[in-house]
Amino acid sequence: MASIWSYANPKKFIDTTDRVLPVLSVLALAALVGGLVWGFFFTPDDYKQGSTVKIIYLHVPAALMAINAWMMMLVASVVWIIRRHHVSALAARAAAPVGAMMTVIALATGAIWGQPMWGTWWEWDPRLTSFLILFLFYLGYMALWSAIEDDDTAADLTGILCLVGSVFALLSRYAVNFWNQGLHQGASLSLDKEENVADVFYYPLLLCIAGFVLLFVALVFLRTQTEIRARRMRALLARERLND
Amino acid sequence: MPELGKYASEVLASYAVSIALLAVLVAVSVARARRLRRDLAQVEERMKRNG
Amino acid sequence: MRALLIRDLRLAVRAGGGFGLGLAFFLIVVVLIPFAVGPQSALLARIAAGVLWIGALLACLLSLDRLFALDWDDGSLDLLATAPLPMEAIVSIKALAHWLTTALPLVVIAPVLAVLLNLPAAGYWPLVLSLLLGTPALSVIGTFGAALTVGLKRGGLLMSLLVLPLYVPTLIFGAEAARRGAEGMAYGTPLIFLAGITCGTIALLPFASAAVLRVNLR
Repeated sequence: MASIWSYANPKKFIDTTDRVLPVLSVLALAALVGGLVWGFFFTPDDYKQGSTVKIIYLHVPAALMAINAWMMMLVASVVWIIRRHHVSALAARAAAPVGAMMTVIALATGAIWGQPMWGTWWEWDPRLTSFLILFLFYLGYMALWSAIEDDDTAADLTGILCLVGSVFALLSRYAVNFWNQGLHQGASLSLDKEENVADVFYYPLLLCIAGFVLLFVALVFLRTQTEIRARRMRALLARERLND
Repeated sequence: MPELGKYASEVLASYAVSIALLAVLVAVSVARARRLRRDLAQVEERMKRNG
Repeated sequence: MRALLIRDLRLAVRAGGGFGLGLAFFLIVVVLIPFAVGPQSALLARIAAGVLWIGALLACLLSLDRLFALDWDDGSLDLLATAPLPMEAIVSIKALAHWLTTALPLVVIAPVLAVLLNLPAAGYWPLVLSLLLGTPALSVIGTFGAALTVGLKRGGLLMSLLVLPLYVPTLIFGAEAARRGAEGMAYGTPLIFLAGITCGTIALLPFASAAVLRVNLR
């Protein structure tokens, strides 16, 4: 069994992910379609929320992935800062737009759901507000990546920004809680089974979450490959200019 | 089609918005991956020819 | 260290150093607010604390890009980096100089501007206290943002995008303390949180700023 660090070799990473990606994409598609179809067509309406309960199959997985994507970027940034593997930095870069998109989906579905249920598109509720702040962090992170030309400098700076940003995102979460008590319901999923949503909604939801996770992994693999190639191309073009 | 009751527009809108956004994300990622794969192959080919 | 601090202060106060620009900006923001929301004094009294906090925060932000830019342009930042001072000390001094020249005048002038916005009498102490406790955090966080974008040509806009989300916790607790004070409620709790954030950022963030600056000077 090779060490996990052997995948830090860009060529090895591309070769391996090339083999894994088709399988992963098919699995992601199957889980997503399966979960959403199950949730959309074959679950009953909630007695309080009516059919809007079906939005949960998009909202909760997207929200989960919005946070998990940032976590993954944090881990990748730490790996880059400590072990200086380029693939790790590029993976963090590749994940950011995916995470930002997940945040948008969570906010959009939440707003659409909030309109009939709370009577408002937007409410300055702690959870909603923290997600908006998280989105701002994604924007800043991506803007910093695209603003700096030198790859290693950009990787270092965004890595440190990710670490500092994580601390401040957490602080904001608690500050926002202090600032306003919310309308948002408690966790839909937790290890404590008592608090969970009912079983009829639970199993399709799990399938949807699996679909979102697989989709995220597949997208990050694909986008990391792209970033590796883009980096290699910049290096080649620079060498070509040097030779002329 | 399941009976969505009075909230049909909300449910359908959120599914439409989310699926559209995911589709855009996937399409952009795939398109950029294809383009770079091709461009890099070209550049590598040129480098090999010119030494 | 003291020499560096004195040099930075002198540079800032000297003509063209931008001293006073922040104050003027603060004044203008506060004057513009009633034009935007209407002249009702009851409404202004309600939002005064928040407006003053936002104004102070933006005035701080505006002066941040000068923090390293001049030293970067004339190369004295490279000299400083080779000086027998740790980089952490340099960024801390820079943040201190920024606080003394930009934030402290804002704190002093805030009660005067509060008169314009009809802040209730009970709100003056909480406002000044919260600004006094909160602005050091704004300077230190801003130094981090300025260090991140120091080498970039048009870094100003990017820096706002990076720094403003980091300001959120400070703003929430600071403005909350000022608002509660203005409404005659107890404001101790947000003030303590604010002090905690300020102490935490002063203690830890210079390490991040120094690391970032080292990368940029590489």
